[in-house]
Amino acid sequence: MLNYETHEYDVLVIGAGGAGLRAAIEAAATRLSVGLVCKSLLGKAHTVMAEGGIAAALANVDQRDDWKVHFTDTMRGGQYVNNWRMAELHAKEAPACVRELEAWGALFDRTQDGRILQRNFGGHKYPRLAHVGDRTGLEMIRTLQDHGIHQGIEVHMECTVVTLLQDDGRVVGAFGYDRERGRFRVFRAKAVILATGGVGRAYKITSNSWEYTGDGHSLAYHAGADLMDMEFVQFHPTGMVWPPSVRGILVTEGVRGEGGVLRNREGRRFMFDDIPELYRNQTSDNEEEGWRYTQGDPDARRPPELLTRDHVARCIVREIKEGRGSPHDGVFLDIAWIKERLPTAEDHIRRKLPSMYHQFKQLAGIDITKEAMEVGPTTHYVMGGIRVDADTQMSNVPGLFAAGECAAGLHGANRLGGNSLSDLLVFGKRAGRYAAEFAAEHGAGTIDEAQIESTATWALRYFESNGSAPTEAENPYRVQADLQDMMQDLVGIVRTESDLRKGVEALRDLAGRAQRVTVPGNREYNAGWHTALDLRHLLTVSEAIALAALERKESRGAHFREDYPDKDENEARENIIVRKGPDGEMQVTREALPATRSDLQTVIEEMQ
Amino acid sequence: MVMATFKLWRGDRDAGRFEDYQTDITEGMVVLDAVHQIQAEQAQDLAVRWNCKAGKCGSCSAEVNGSPKLMCMTRCSDIPLDKPVSIEPMKAFPLIKDLVTDVSWNFQVKKRIKPFKPRQPDADDGTWRMAQADIDRVQEFRKCIECFLCQDVCHVLREHQMHDAFIGPRFFVYGASLEMHPLDIENRLGDLKDSDGIGYCNITKCCTKVCPEDITITDNAIIPLKERVVDEFYDPLQKLFRIFRPRG
Ligand SMILES: Cc1cc2nc3c(=O)[nH]c(=O)nc-3n(C[C@H](O)[C@H](O)[C@H](O)COP(=O)(O)OP(=O)(O)OC[C@H]3O[C@@H](n4cnc5c(N)ncnc54)[C@H](O)[C@@H]3O)c2cc1C
Ligand code: SF4
Ligand code: SF4
Ligand code: FES
Repeated sequence: MLNYETHEYDVLVIGAGGAGLRAAIEAAATRLSVGLVCKSLLGKAHTVMAEGGIAAALANVDQRDDWKVHFTDTMRGGQYVNNWRMAELHAKEAPACVRELEAWGALFDRTQDGRILQRNFGGHKYPRLAHVGDRTGLEMIRTLQDHGIHQGIEVHMECTVVTLLQDDGRVVGAFGYDRERGRFRVFRAKAVILATGGVGRAYKITSNSWEYTGDGHSLAYHAGADLMDMEFVQFHPTGMVWPPSVRGILVTEGVRGEGGVLRNREGRRFMFDDIPELYRNQTSDNEEEGWRYTQGDPDARRPPELLTRDHVARCIVREIKEGRGSPHDGVFLDIAWIKERLPTAEDHIRRKLPSMYHQFKQLAGIDITKEAMEVGPTTHYVMGGIRVDADTQMSNVPGLFAAGECAAGLHGANRLGGNSLSDLLVFGKRAGRYAAEFAAEHGAGTIDEAQIESTATWALRYFESNGSAPTEAENPYRVQADLQDMMQDLVGIVRTESDLRKGVEALRDLAGRAQRVTVPGNREYNAGWHTALDLRHLLTVSEAIALAALERKESRGAHFREDYPDKDENEARENIIVRKGPDGEMQVTREALPATRSDLQTVIEEMQ
Repeated sequence: MVMATFKLWRGDRDAGRFEDYQTDITEGMVVLDAVHQIQAEQAQDLAVRWNCKAGKCGSCSAEVNGSPKLMCMTRCSDIPLDKPVSIEPMKAFPLIKDLVTDVSWNFQVKKRIKPFKPRQPDADDGTWRMAQADIDRVQEFRKCIECFLCQDVCHVLREHQMHDAFIGPRFFVYGASLEMHPLDIENRLGDLKDSDGIGYCNITKCCTKVCPEDITITDNAIIPLKERVVDEFYDPLQKLFRIFRPRG
């Protein structure tokens, strides 16, 4: 008989980042019992790393801002393959969610008249990001954590979910293990919310932590949920490139929002060379106007450095490819130059970008108030994810909800900076509310012991001590690293049909190797074992990304196909859906985008 | 590239010892990179916490050559590599395994502290107005990444193990961030004096020295809190005065 502890809740939330915490708080407010599990300690989830800010049309800095402008910016940034309803809800509800954080103790930077200050960010027409220096994510997660611990939520830290439990299709719980002792845990729940974040660990160069192995995407997929838009993986234009060990660590867009500029080795501001049609009216064509914009001049247009991330990343790749990059295969990002304009520049930089200052000083030995940084693209965010109902966040599997980075729809082909943190609040809250509603309306399902047994057997067979070590045993870290190299090379920023096909092929080989992984030691806090168990998720999401990327035969937002370098309006009418077929194979289908409600279409057209 | 030797603490609740590992150090590597390299190549089951690798999450705390550090922000080039580098778990907390300690006590302590309680919104739009100058200090405290390095070095916890009577510097910082929050109307001074044991702090400033976020823990958080406690409970004049001027 298998040994495991059982916990029972009305609502189980998997993931304790911004989305999971917000969802748990909302569900707990209905007086239902709520359990929250996360792989790390509380407060360490990815959300803690967010730097730049939370997008919300508070209109504190520029009164012309409102939800319509935010909605339009989000749709334009996503190249119109977003779910319009989510974009609408997000734009309308974000301001109240930010104020709610303030009521729970968050302290955002202030305007002169004492309101929440907002900063410029790429693709946002007006200064819109509520922020705290460049540590906004810390402020957000700590506020939610410190509020959340008093709401009666039961938290299981350092506990990893391995599979969802189902009763006749409906999700009725989850099965996992605690990292400390490796003991199995069963969580029974009437409704389950996935808030597990992203998939960045599928790539070698990434701003994401070890947690980002696409668990939620994969858990949902294996439970029969649709994944959508998986071809859209955001490569943030500015990650650190030197020294090698810090490659990929994020350099916030806030640097450019504060006046930082991109230059190639010839000192040229190359972003002026290629301004896309869609943004020409909103973008300055000279340095002077761009600078005024960053200093809050409402009549100035944004500098081209603040174009959307997909575009900036591709321009950087072009400069490097054509031999105009910096010494370590990046380009220069210069904020120090603002001392030509601001007498107090050094202080200003240290105050507005303290953790960037710190990060470069300590990790690269560079003083950003004096020298330019070297930066290049890094895997940052996945727009694709679990397909959900816009209003309730429920997936197509009954009882299974998703919110935050692991859900799809809001961001379309490209996410605007700052729109993730607001996404977490708006849709975390909604997921919490509707999951609670679902739980109140449904009884507890039946747990399938056989499913638990077979998952446990699968999980334990990785141990060398099981005696069944295959002849060519594989090291889990090695397999993970090879997968990351492969994805970076073949399914990265610039894609072609032949590379993608090779990628899919390589994944089959890697899946075979993953079967042969063995780990030494026992079940107690064994990182090798954890890495081995996560491989299944990484393989699943990597395959979904590669197959979806093969299917979309155009270039749009973050998805760039060298063999189809242009947008194709026919392709744009469809979302690409990945689901598990009856034979266990991954199936790729297309579905027509729902038509935008006419009043919203009018809003978009009026704002052109 | 140089070959360096790392002495890593290996063990669990019951027993442990240093084990030597040799690994190549290349330009720019931080201690956490070295530990990861050893883990991937030589010690797959090594337990170590980390998340951000950029000094933002406070997960990777350990004692490197005896000093409490974030491993992800400690560059190998800043420590002598001609001698073995020792890496040990934090000492103020019970060991789980290898470099990972049981820090759950900290989470329990936080739960005991009275939460944020704002005054009624008083601006027309149903929110509040706050001047930047009035929140600068509190923002300093809110930079805390909960790495618990300050807890690790504080002698009251580390040597005297007074976890039951003393909440430690991290939670004085937390208390200060609430007490000095311009909107907060809760009173935590009684708790600070009694259950939180602020009196046990004898201002050695060891905590401030190790804080990776450069929070001036002692001068900016603990001393002002101590003063408030003294004003509240020990100063008769102040007390008399307060009867006529209710706390706001
Ligand atoms: C460096 C950086 C800077 C960023 N800056 C910004 C910014 O300025 N503005 C912005 O809007 N966005 C920003 N983003 C993006 C944003 O931070 C993330 O998209 C967002 O925080 C994701 O939140 P989440 O709640 O969906 O997931 P996360 O915060 O990542 O939380 C995921 C949770 O799920 C848990 N989990 C995962 N798998 C399992 C499992 N199998 N079992 C149990 N638990 C599991 C994890 O432990 C964790 O608790 C940034 C991202 C990075 C990396
Ligand atoms: S100053 Fe006080 S809290 Fe800080 S280490 Fe010394 S005794 Fe501990
Ligand atoms: S106060 Fe400083 S040392 Fe203490 S937990 Fe916070 S960040 Fe770490
Ligand atoms: S890994 Fe986050 S602080 Fe070191």
